[in-house]
Amino acid sequence: MPDRAAPVLDVRGLKTVFRTRGGEIHAVNDVSFHLERGELLGVVGESGSGKSVTMMSLIGLLPSPPAEIRAGTVMLGEQDLLKISADQLRAVRGARVGFIFQDPMTSLNPVFNVGFQIAEPLRRHMGMTKAQAAKRAVELLELVGIPDAAKRLGDYPHQFSGGMRQRVMIAIALACDPDVLIADEPTTALDVTIQAQILELVKELRVKLGMAIIWITHDLGVIAAIADRVMVMYGGQIVEQAPVKDLFANPQHPYTRALLKTIPSLTGAREARLQVIEGQPPIMTAAPTACAFRARCGHAFDRCEVDNPKRHAIDGVALGQGHDVACHWAPVTAEAAHA
Amino acid sequence: MLTFTLRRLLLAIPTLFVISLVIFLLVDLAPGSPMSEIPLTVPPEVRKKMIEALGADQPVMVRYVLWLRQFFWVEPATLFDGWFGTNLAGGEQRILSWQSRAPVFTIIGQRIPQTLTVIGTAYLVGVLIALPIGIYSAYRQYSLFDQLGTLFAMIGFSVPTFFSGTLIIIIFAVTLGWFPTKYDTNLAVTDWPSFLQQLRQMAMPVMTLGLANAAVISRYMRSSMLDNMTMDYVRTARAKGMSERVVVLKHVLRNSMIPVVTVIALGIPSIFGGAIITENLFGVNGIGAALIGAIHASDLPMVQTLAFIFAVLIVTFNLIADVLYGLLDPRIRYD
Repeated sequence: MPDRAAPVLDVRGLKTVFRTRGGEIHAVNDVSFHLERGELLGVVGESGSGKSVTMMSLIGLLPSPPAEIRAGTVMLGEQDLLKISADQLRAVRGARVGFIFQDPMTSLNPVFNVGFQIAEPLRRHMGMTKAQAAKRAVELLELVGIPDAAKRLGDYPHQFSGGMRQRVMIAIALACDPDVLIADEPTTALDVTIQAQILELVKELRVKLGMAIIWITHDLGVIAAIADRVMVMYGGQIVEQAPVKDLFANPQHPYTRALLKTIPSLTGAREARLQVIEGQPPIMTAAPTACAFRARCGHAFDRCEVDNPKRHAIDGVALGQGHDVACHWAPVTAEAAHA
Repeated sequence: MLTFTLRRLLLAIPTLFVISLVIFLLVDLAPGSPMSEIPLTVPPEVRKKMIEALGADQPVMVRYVLWLRQFFWVEPATLFDGWFGTNLAGGEQRILSWQSRAPVFTIIGQRIPQTLTVIGTAYLVGVLIALPIGIYSAYRQYSLFDQLGTLFAMIGFSVPTFFSGTLIIIIFAVTLGWFPTKYDTNLAVTDWPSFLQQLRQMAMPVMTLGLANAAVISRYMRSSMLDNMTMDYVRTARAKGMSERVVVLKHVLRNSMIPVVTVIALGIPSIFGGAIITENLFGVNGIGAALIGAIHASDLPMVQTLAFIFAVLIVTFNLIADVLYGLLDPRIRYD
């Protein structure tokens, strides 16, 4: 599926800072990644690790002030999204980049019917008439599996269940056939059976429509089920990046390993306690000069205090193409990794 | 919605009956006599006759029931007769003012146009100023505009109209000489120059009250906009690539208007109540002035009738506000 030749999205050196009264918060620190055509990139990390902020920075969805993008390039095809005007960016949002948010209960406007909300981007970006947009909205609702689509156009969000609302959100995000779909924890607010339905739907749509997807989650189980490649984020940085199989088979960063250990096992003897990662992700008040994970890391040593590890490839492939990790200890053997 | 409205209308009947009784009894408790403005040279037996002639010597319950009949049957019938030339009222006694001996509704009919033109315009102007200020203040929170808007609202809130009105008279009438100090109730608008004159004499009371009204409503608008500005659906609208104009003036505003419309609707009865201080200050001979005059003269029928009319308006506009709420917010269904 991945096509090495032309990444649809190429992000380099992205830095996002929040300016608050208490000083600056460095939420995204020198993040670089790319997204191949048709690829599904999983982004994992705890709350506060900078996943959502990174993705919202890409298309200018962060309120500014306080957010400020300090550096970087975000190439969507031939266009640098950080250089174009606000108007040009609006023409990208919703048309070439679709966004799905975490909470479907609040992400739809309660006072407009769903037909109107789906038709809005169609009319704006595709120049459709009311009738054309309504027709397309029905197609989209059918595509995301809402029964009786034509009848439900006039319904308001509160008349839909949570799972159905998330389907409506997906329909809105897909309305203009985007190249990239960014899904920001789209299943977190849903119960498990609905979550499974939504995952199935996205898998199916991906094959049908062939778009690239960035899937933000803190659920590694979801990543294992759908992703091609995974990026692990911590402290606003990418700490490990690998094809999904490599990451699960050979986790390199202590944070990744700790995350994997937190997944409770369904087989074998019952563990006495659920595994946790002690402590909390740091609040970055300055650009990192030391490893962000050192305070919670069992392997930290002198160098971690003074030298922020850079991402380096561990499988001989160019950085970002294969398996890379930002840890002074890496590479470690697979046996040590699971120890 | 229709069932809800009908149910509320039916419920309003007992409510208003209770209110009318309470008003009647409370007003009756007030000290004073309808003869207090009659010269002392009039001998007591003549005074007694006058009180009997007014029906003021009757027990309070008798007067109450009589008033009910007059208010709900004689007055509407008289109005109907006036329109269609019928004779439903059959010459029955209307509610008479003890002070002027004229029917209370005739006096109200004379006063209400002044009140509605001046106070109504002030309310409208206040709303029209307040909404844009509230919207823009919220959109640019803590900007210079917002700070000035807050200052404006604080002034409107805290400075009483007798002070701001006097200040406005000093500035615009005395110093600048743009507007007349007194409102001429007898001015009839017949042509362009008289219309301009009417506008000029309305300007100052409208400014005074408009400021006070705008202050309250702009605060409501601002806080309601702020509440909605951070909602997830706003981010969704931005993610869809909608322009700021559409995001703010369609998505956010439509949600923010729900509580504000209610506040505006609930404020309308106060227009009919008149603004007693402002009317007095500028010499607008409206309902507020009539009420004050009636209270001074212990003109019980006038006070009772006016108070009851305000009660009816408040109940009505409460209902209207509830219905509007349901129309604006699809999540609210009363049935």
